[in-house]
Parts: sequence; structure tokens; C-alpha cells
Amino acid sequence: MFKPLLAPLKKAAAATEVDTRLVGMIAVLALIWLGFNAVTGGAFLTPRNLWNLSVQSASVAVMATGMVLVIVTRNIDLSVGSVLGVTGMIIGVTQAEILPQMWGYGHPFTWVTALLVGILAGAMIGALQGYIIAYMKVPAFIVTLGGLLVWRGAAWWVTSGRTVAPMDAQFRMLGGGPTGSVGELATWLIAAAICVVVVYGLVRNRRQRRRHGFPLRPLWAEWLVGLSVSGITIGAAAVANAYPWPTRVAERYAEAQSIPVPDGGLVIGHGFAIPVLVALAVGVIMTFVATRTRFGRYVFSIGGNPEAAELAGVNTRRVIMQVFIIMGVLAAIAAAISTARLNAATNAQGTLDELYVIAAAVIGGTSLAGGVGKVAGAMLGAVIMQSLQSGMVLVGIETPLQNIVVGSVLVLAVWVDTLYRRGTST
Amino acid sequence: MTSAETPLVEMRHISLSFGGIRAVDDVSLDLHPGEVVGLLGHNGAGKSTLIKILSGAYAKDEGEILINGKPVSIDNPRDAKALGIETIYQTLALADNVDAAANLFLGREITTRWGTLDDGAMEAACRQVMGRLNPNFKRFSDPVKSLSGGQRQSVAIARALYFNARILVMDEPTAALGPQETAQVADLVKHLKTQGIGIFMISHDIHDVFDLSDRVVVMKNGQVVGRAPVERVTKDEVLGMIILGKCPGGAEPGPGAIPAEELPTEGVPDL
Repeated sequence: MFKPLLAPLKKAAAATEVDTRLVGMIAVLALIWLGFNAVTGGAFLTPRNLWNLSVQSASVAVMATGMVLVIVTRNIDLSVGSVLGVTGMIIGVTQAEILPQMWGYGHPFTWVTALLVGILAGAMIGALQGYIIAYMKVPAFIVTLGGLLVWRGAAWWVTSGRTVAPMDAQFRMLGGGPTGSVGELATWLIAAAICVVVVYGLVRNRRQRRRHGFPLRPLWAEWLVGLSVSGITIGAAAVANAYPWPTRVAERYAEAQSIPVPDGGLVIGHGFAIPVLVALAVGVIMTFVATRTRFGRYVFSIGGNPEAAELAGVNTRRVIMQVFIIMGVLAAIAAAISTARLNAATNAQGTLDELYVIAAAVIGGTSLAGGVGKVAGAMLGAVIMQSLQSGMVLVGIETPLQNIVVGSVLVLAVWVDTLYRRGTST
Repeated sequence: MTSAETPLVEMRHISLSFGGIRAVDDVSLDLHPGEVVGLLGHNGAGKSTLIKILSGAYAKDEGEILINGKPVSIDNPRDAKALGIETIYQTLALADNVDAAANLFLGREITTRWGTLDDGAMEAACRQVMGRLNPNFKRFSDPVKSLSGGQRQSVAIARALYFNARILVMDEPTAALGPQETAQVADLVKHLKTQGIGIFMISHDIHDVFDLSDRVVVMKNGQVVGRAPVERVTKDEVLGMIILGKCPGGAEPGPGAIPAEELPTEGVPDL
């Protein structure tokens, strides 16, 4: 019955060579958004809610990009939430207790030093777990299940369970909020830059294919891809700019900068939040790593056939250890975002995040059998999970019911994915 | 094949045990340039294990390996490849989820000036080498999982040939193939011989390798039963070596050969 309707869509998908499951996920996301918007009487699709949604998704999205590589190599990391907890604690203690004693409060290098210390700690934790998994041959499930307890305990141990606050003023920008956003002009400039890069990428790709004499996609397909990506980018920028600062914050800012407040109050748009830009940058870098580097090629070939990769001369153990180091670094970046957002480091931070991160990666099309996964899909998966959650909060669904829904959606998503794979046999 | 010539490969007194079982027991083997040596034996005779020692997949317990007369140490597949030893495994050993070009260059990717993968150059090279090997091959962007047995085989062979192998190891090269593709492999082996490449062909099926080999070496229970130039033995005699461990007069007996007096005389099927 749907076949005649789907035919032009299929043709468009084939011509543009876009990932049909990625398009499917965007459609599912659109349905979720429209559904919640209808149920809440228009409270979901507001600039304010969408902006918050983007900030809330950032930390899980960052970690999900690394979880893709972990799962692609047929491993799992159950410890990311606890690693987030302990690195967040380390970042918090470094900037709120250790550095102020040495440099005093508000030193310009405090935020970056604390961040680097946290990333280093994350890398070392990842290296340790990765070494045990790759070289000592203990299954990743067990190592990271142990890690789940060990690093949560370590997070507690750093300050004997005490919450550390407040964070450095500059560091807090990593968490979003009015000061943690780039403002309207920068948002338009970033959006324009993204559009330029996308168009340049399409042109360059076409030129290279022609040089090697490979088949080219039809010109209209190139236009379709370019215009949709640019459209989404500009749309996101417009939405981010349409969410104004709270009136009181804007007034205080005007007072401090001695700007005259016009009638009807000063309207300053947030623009893109810094944590969202961090997450997007991580996504771009991880996509590059996964698809354009030898390391990424090895990650996927190990997932496809570990023995074949080893026999082909790939140092599979080193690659797996490196994957876990990357995961540790990403957990530390996510820790910085959530610590900055909370303006505190607590020992419970990141609890259950491992499940959201794994769910985001799996909903995003990463196969637990290994060898298949996309960074962009996992980030979209993180946004879908967050949309469900904040939508249910807006609707006023109770917490236990929220968990039931999220859990069911995960199982449903994997089932649909199984059907999809059977259909395309890839 | 004069004995004065330095062998391309010489494996001396190689042994390897797995949990107390001697999978390879004091095996010596050599290979000359332009020569095809058929390594025969039942499943579990130790031939694949021996060859995996040469290609770096297993580490030997004892013995030494000489390439062009020089002792070498092969600790992993990378070492073997650096010495010009390429292996086509029985299982084909392909990463199923990536395409032909990615498999062809796995572990030795072409990169651009900036160190990123040069997929265009790799696909172009892949189209070229596959065009020579299997002109019907067109599915360059599909994961190799979706290819037929013969197509997968051509990818595996292309990978061994592209990097100028001097020593080629083919483990059950025709096990997954139909008659036409088997003939293609035979043609290829003859062609490679003329280029001075030394080839080990491993099989449990004598018919696969007898006609292509210059010499045969038969293994049983991890030991060499015997070795002989193909013109000095018949297929039946080689079968006797494989099944019974009985070394015929035309062959040079190895440590695994059963002395004539221990051979059963009654109830042996007529070979």
C-alpha cells in the first residue's frame, strides 16, 4: 500500500547516498517533537525548551561518540558514568580547592588547567581499563563493571563525599546559561561557516570522484543535501537566537556595560550554547577519526573480524586500548560540561549515564555485534533520549513511568533496528 | 631446484605445542624461488599451524626460520609481511563489514599528505588490480560480506599479490570455489611461478595441489611423513602417506614415517 508513496523517497535516498536510517531517525525525532508539542499545547517547540534540550543532551552526546567506537570493536564500557563522576570531582577539586591556594581565585588559567587535569585523569583511567581489556584479556564487560564501582567509589573518596562548589567563573561557561552562550552575531557567523564548509565539502567530493572516474551523484541530489543541511543549520541558529536572556540578567548586564535599556526591556538572544558547540566539535572530530584515519579503519575492521584484522597486520590490542583512552577523555569532557552546568562537583554525578550513553549509541544504529556504527547516529540518539525525557517532564509524567517509557523505547528501537538490518541485509 | 641454490624459505626443526599436544613436531621445510610446494595432510595434521608460524599468526616454541639464508624472527603478521611473506588464509580472513578496497589495503592504507585515508587512491588501485584478477568484479562499494565465495577469494588473493609478495602461502585456496574459479586460481599459480615467487599450497585434498606442485610434503600428527618431487611418486602413494603415514620408495622419509614392519598388512583398503 505504501510502495507507490515510498518509491520517490527511495529514489531520492539512493541518489543522495544519504544514510536512510539517519533520515529515519530524524523523522522519529520530528514525530516525538510534534507529538509532545501537541500534547503540551505548544510548550515543547519553544526556543527556550529546544535550547535547554540541546544543552541537556550535550554531555551524553559527547560520551556517545566514544561509545560508538567501543561497541564497534565488540566491547562495552559500563564505567562511563562513574568515570564522569570521578573526573568531575577531580576537575572540581582542582579549580575550587587546589589552584586557588596556589594562584588565588579567578586566575585566568584556572579553568583550562582544571580541564586538562580532568582530561589527563580520564585518559589514564581509560588507558588502565583498556590495558586490562586488550593485553590482559579480561572481558570489557567485567573490567568496566568493576570500573563502575571502583570509579564511583573513587569519586566519593576524593572529598569523602563532600560536594565541591562553586566553580571558576570562566569554567562555568562550559555549562551554558546566558554567559555560556556565544551571542547572536557569533551564532550567525558559526551557522554561515558551517554552511560554507558543507558546500565546499560537497564540491570537493564531487571533484575528487570525477578525477578518479567514479560514478557521480546527480546534481539535484547534491543540491538537496546541501540545502537541507544548510537549512537545518540556519534554523537551529534562528531558534537559539530567539531565546532571550532572562529580563533580570539582561538588566544587570546593561547596568554593568552601561547600555541604555530601551522600552519593553533589553532583548539579548542566547545563541548557541558553548556546551552544544563543544559537543558538535567532538562529533565532527570523532566522525573524522572514525572515517578518515587509519585508526578508524582499524576500529571498524576489528569489529568486522578481529582475527582478520590481526592477520592483516593491525595491532589490534593497541587499537582497543586507544579506543578506551578516547572514551576516558570524552567522559572527562562530559564531566566538565556537567560540572560547569551544575556549578558543583558531586560524587553522584553521572549516575546511570552509562545506560543513557549505551542506549544513545544503540538507538543511533551501533550494532552490539560489532563493526557497524555512526558517530552522528549516536549523537542523534542522545537527542532522542533527552527529548523523550524532557518531553515527559513537560507533560508531567511521573518519574517511575518515565523510566518505564525510556526502557521500553530502547528495546523497541533495537527491535526495529533488527528488522531494518534484515530488510537491507547489511 | 639445485641444492646449491639458497632456498627462499628454510624452516628448521620447528615445534609448537598447544597445552601438551605437539601440533607441530620437529618439522623442517624449504621453498625455492619459482617453486610450488604442496603441503598435504589430514585435517589436524599440523599443516595450517606450521604455516601460521611462518606468517606470524602463531609463535613457535622451537626451531628457526631462514629467509634467503638469513635467520629471521617473525613475532607477528607485520614481521612476516615486512619479509615479503603473504598469506591467503583458509577462512579468507576478510573484515566483512568494509568494502574490497578497505580489505585490500587493511594494515597498509594509502594516506594523503595530511595522514588521512586516501579512499579515492585506494579504490582506484583496487579497481585496477581487481580488473586484472577478476574482470567481472564490479561491487567496489559493497561490504565484502555481500560478495560470493569466488569474489571474496579474489579480494583475498588481490591483497596477497598487490604488495609484491616473494613468498605466497595459500591455505586451502580452492576450498570455497567452484570449478571455473578453481581453474582461475590454477592459472594464477602458474603465472606467479614464472615471476619467481615461491608458493606453499596447503590442502587436505590431493587433487587440488598435485598437478600444480613441484614437490609435495606430507604431514601426519604434526610430523613430516615424507617429501618427494611429484614426478617420483604417484597420487596413490601420496594418499598412502596421508592416510597411513607410509613412505613410498620414491620419497625421502621424515620423522613421522611409519617403519614398514609396523604397517598393518591385513584389512588395508586398496589405494
